[in-house]
Amino acid sequence: MVKEFEKAGYPVVHMCNLIPVSTTVGANRIVPTISIPYPLGDPNTPKEEQWKLRYHRVGVALEALATPITEQTVFKVKI
Amino acid sequence: MKRVICYVNQFFGGVGGEDKADQEPYIVEGTVGPTMAINGALKDAQVTHTIVCGDNFMGSNTDEAVRRIMEMLEGKEIDLFIAGPAFQAGRYGVACGTICKAIKEKLHIPVVTSMNAENPGVEMFKKDVIIFKGGAGAVKMRQDVGVMMKYVNKVLAGEETLGADAEGYFARGCRHERFLEDCRENTAAYRGVQMLLKKMAGLPYQTELEIPKKELVPIAPPVADLSKATIAMVTTGGIVPVDNPDRIQSASATRWGRYDITGMDRLKEGEFKTIHAGFDPAAANADPNVIMPIDAMREYEKIGFIGKLHNFFYSTVGTGTTEAEARRMAKEMIPYFKKDKVDAIIMGST
Repeated sequence: MVKEFEKAGYPVVHMCNLIPVSTTVGANRIVPTISIPYPLGDPNTPKEEQWKLRYHRVGVALEALATPITEQTVFKVKI
Repeated sequence: MKRVICYVNQFFGGVGGEDKADQEPYIVEGTVGPTMAINGALKDAQVTHTIVCGDNFMGSNTDEAVRRIMEMLEGKEIDLFIAGPAFQAGRYGVACGTICKAIKEKLHIPVVTSMNAENPGVEMFKKDVIIFKGGAGAVKMRQDVGVMMKYVNKVLAGEETLGADAEGYFARGCRHERFLEDCRENTAAYRGVQMLLKKMAGLPYQTELEIPKKELVPIAPPVADLSKATIAMVTTGGIVPVDNPDRIQSASATRWGRYDITGMDRLKEGEFKTIHAGFDPAAANADPNVIMPIDAMREYEKIGFIGKLHNFFYSTVGTGTTEAEARRMAKEMIPYFKKDKVDAIIMGST
């Protein structure tokens, strides 16, 4: 799906847990998430922590959309 | 008697379904579930141990999982390693490929697994690991194990094997050296020229070495000014209004939906849920924003970091969904992005 969007000219960022799958399939902008059932907030952690993580990683994804790249890139996250 | 060790996930290991997918790896003597069929099909060999590991544990803690499994295998005699079959189960397929590759590299023994052509594990590992072409689901267990075991028995007996197509595994893109009868027609030069003549005459010919290719799409230029951009959100995590109005399937989806979020600060529990059958839905049902982060996007919209969050989010289910269906669904979404002047997309996968 990512590739179809990009083929149509849209910058697209793939937020996913299994990075190797994403790179193999061919996403160009990739931001890691923390798991499969809860990509952006571990329910075993407090709500504030989940929010911080989610806000941070969505922010990285948005910045990725505005970042020029020349090859497949996995963007770094801090939390 | 040769010794075989097998790997299965939490489901086939009898631990449980998605709620047990965090299961840490452990090893038992003898067979568990499908490895019983593997053991039954072995000639002059037996399954001495079976390793069981949860798909999420392997997916999210890969290095740790591999390290622990290698520790479990230390000091055990092992002639061959079998993982799966994984059918079309994506995480299981990736797990089988991961552990097979690690064992082949560290223990230098033959490793085999089996999965369906649509499993992402095939593309990732077919170059490194012998992956048999398997069915879409566990109903094909007997058949998939049968094909795999024919090859396994040959390897264990030291007999000659016939290559990818004849044995039924995905081509690894490597050539097996074989000595042909010493005559002119068998030289590489003769074969090459024959192929060239056929090509020039427009006749069908078969290359001796397929070059596998990965299809990349040209990188789209970045958004020039985020603070003026409209961003759309898409997920394969199955987030839908609780009554699932578009009746999107929980697996092998062919349908998708777009849902209005005008005026919503976040996706509320009880109004949205996930219908994805490939993972434990508890976390996403309690807070749908962990998959579809509308709350975070609204905040970025409020502070002016982005121009606007597109008024709809788009959703389907990614488990067992074929590439062809995924491609079609994505294409069907694009006209809606165009109509509402979307500038860029965040696509979330589970």
